[in-house]
Amino acid sequence: MNIHEYQAKELFKKYNVPTLRGHIAFTPDEAVKAAQELGGNIWVVKAQIHAGGRGLGGGVKLAKSTSEVRELASQILGMQLVTHQTGPEGKLVQKVYIEEGADIKKEYYLGLLLDRALEMPIMMASTEGGMAIEEVAHNTPEKIIKVSIDPLTGFQSFHGRKLAFGLGLPVEEINTFIKFASALYKVYMDHDAEMIEINPLVKTGDGKFLALDAKMGFDNNALYRQSQVNEMRDLSEEEPTEIEAGKFGLSYIKLDGDVGCMVNGAGLAMGTMDTINYEGGRPANFLDVGGSASAETVAKGFDIILKDPNVKAIFVNIFGGIVRCDRVANGIIEATKITNVNVPVIVRLDGTNAIEAAEILNNAGIANIVAATDLADGARKAVAAAKGE
Amino acid sequence: MSILVNKDTKVIVQGFTGKEGTFHAEQCMAYGTKIVGGVTPGKGGQEHLGQPVFNTVEEAVRSTGATVSMIFVPPAFVSDAVMEAADAGIELAVIITEGAPVKDMMYAKAYAVKKDMMTIGPNCPGIITADECKIGIMPGFIFKKGNIGLISKSGTLTYESANQVVKEGFGITTAVGIGGDPIIGLSYKQLLPMFEADPETHAIVMIGEIGGDLEIQAAAYIKEHVTKPVVAFIAGQTAPAGKRMGHAGAIISGGSGTAAEKMAALEAAGVKVVVSPADIGKAVAEVMAKK
Repeated sequence: MNIHEYQAKELFKKYNVPTLRGHIAFTPDEAVKAAQELGGNIWVVKAQIHAGGRGLGGGVKLAKSTSEVRELASQILGMQLVTHQTGPEGKLVQKVYIEEGADIKKEYYLGLLLDRALEMPIMMASTEGGMAIEEVAHNTPEKIIKVSIDPLTGFQSFHGRKLAFGLGLPVEEINTFIKFASALYKVYMDHDAEMIEINPLVKTGDGKFLALDAKMGFDNNALYRQSQVNEMRDLSEEEPTEIEAGKFGLSYIKLDGDVGCMVNGAGLAMGTMDTINYEGGRPANFLDVGGSASAETVAKGFDIILKDPNVKAIFVNIFGGIVRCDRVANGIIEATKITNVNVPVIVRLDGTNAIEAAEILNNAGIANIVAATDLADGARKAVAAAKGE
Repeated sequence: MSILVNKDTKVIVQGFTGKEGTFHAEQCMAYGTKIVGGVTPGKGGQEHLGQPVFNTVEEAVRSTGATVSMIFVPPAFVSDAVMEAADAGIELAVIITEGAPVKDMMYAKAYAVKKDMMTIGPNCPGIITADECKIGIMPGFIFKKGNIGLISKSGTLTYESANQVVKEGFGITTAVGIGGDPIIGLSYKQLLPMFEADPETHAIVMIGEIGGDLEIQAAAYIKEHVTKPVVAFIAGQTAPAGKRMGHAGAIISGGSGTAAEKMAALEAAGVKVVVSPADIGKAVAEVMAKK
């Protein structure tokens, strides 16, 4: 789960990670009021969406008067902001963050994430602030300094020194940087964060460090104990069908093909998408119905898949282990009674009681249900059906 | 022969009396696994499924001599259960539970390593040595005895692969579901040498997926140390970047962890990589024919 910049900065403030002052605004009037409250003569109007690259997309603008704040807020609020992370359709901007200006001397990058190979968090810093870190890592990997932090002992001053000297900071700034990095590590650990990215981290004219931007993502498995983070969840930033699927214990991700997939298990669900692709078709979605594959979950799965108008055929691929295939077959038949399935459904059931299941499906005599013998056969039939063959 | 577990392995269940623990412990016992007891704090002294229940893992180990623990406790209690098992001298903990926080696993794994306890999982189907011992939630009947070792991040793809292998006339020595979380216990790199050393295992199937670099590490290991033929499939060739595909660890982030890079690394290591998971069985037949 991700949160907005302004929310991440709220968490930062509680841990004394320096940020600029700012207020959130949902209307141009609120934006002007926010600017007046902040005072000064320069403000930044920042679109709040869950995606990076907002500045390049035209979602972050500098205002030198309150009337300019109003003008820019009117422009940005309600726009479909397109960045390299939003896809071509962009994301609707529903709120802007009004922030005071800063005297920026130099921009850096600072990030924290889990290193899966080391099985501990790593902190990364770079002098190439403001650039996409993936590109820096690819083109000039020597410009990224990394330290791994053993969670059993936590962040030590030497971690900070390694980063600070690596960035070429003058000696008198080292301690300020260490304090910043150490506080940031605490934010990360205390909130079960998966990732924190500050890009850019800025040094001001008076030698202070500030998080000019802030991006945070969290471990979904830990949300049960992170009530404050949970309250920050913005459902309008997430795919409605993915949220709905989640309510029924289904894991769904929309893709852009035309062969719908319903599978038990995440690995087999990905494998099924790959098989469809291999057989010359394009998967319309990832859908893991979980272990039970009952009539209700299967019916819900059909509903969700068919919300996508591109879907021309559905491939149900269930490997029955503990769950018996005859039960799943009955579930599928029940599901077609609960919900209207108007495209061909290719069903491959294998594992426990697969033969009985095939009989049940054949005897049910439902016109648009086609039984398949194995994974390849099912994928081929589904691809052909989607092509109208 | 087999790896890690066999018909003599003594197993306890943490979360023994819960719904999941009960159901699957019963299934494991029916398969022939020596479940010698279980742990449910507060229910010590009772009997469950004909076996003793203990308050602590330490007591369970002391009175049963168990070396393996199968863990079914709810996600919030997984790290505690793993550390208790490690502290009690358990040699291998098989963590079935799905949804444990990454931070908890980071601590639990570090502690387990320190105490010299191996772990499998979390969020995995477990481990099975065909016809001898099943510690987990997989349907046992699929795994006919044979000479193929299996390592997989995915549960249902494990069943799918084993089923194909059997349909081709082969069978399984041991199958290990290692799980698809960001932090897991035993991985390809630790399991490959065990299969390499097992005289009954003649070929190895490894099922990977997008996210992380365990498959890349495996490729490097295979290139240097594995003489037995390896067949691999990597799930998620068609997965979009930045999206978590069901498993917490199955995500392409910052352009790395793609199926393409893993497949290329494995191919370069001499592994027979299949593009479609429907071809796993056939590929096994091919590499076995060449031997």
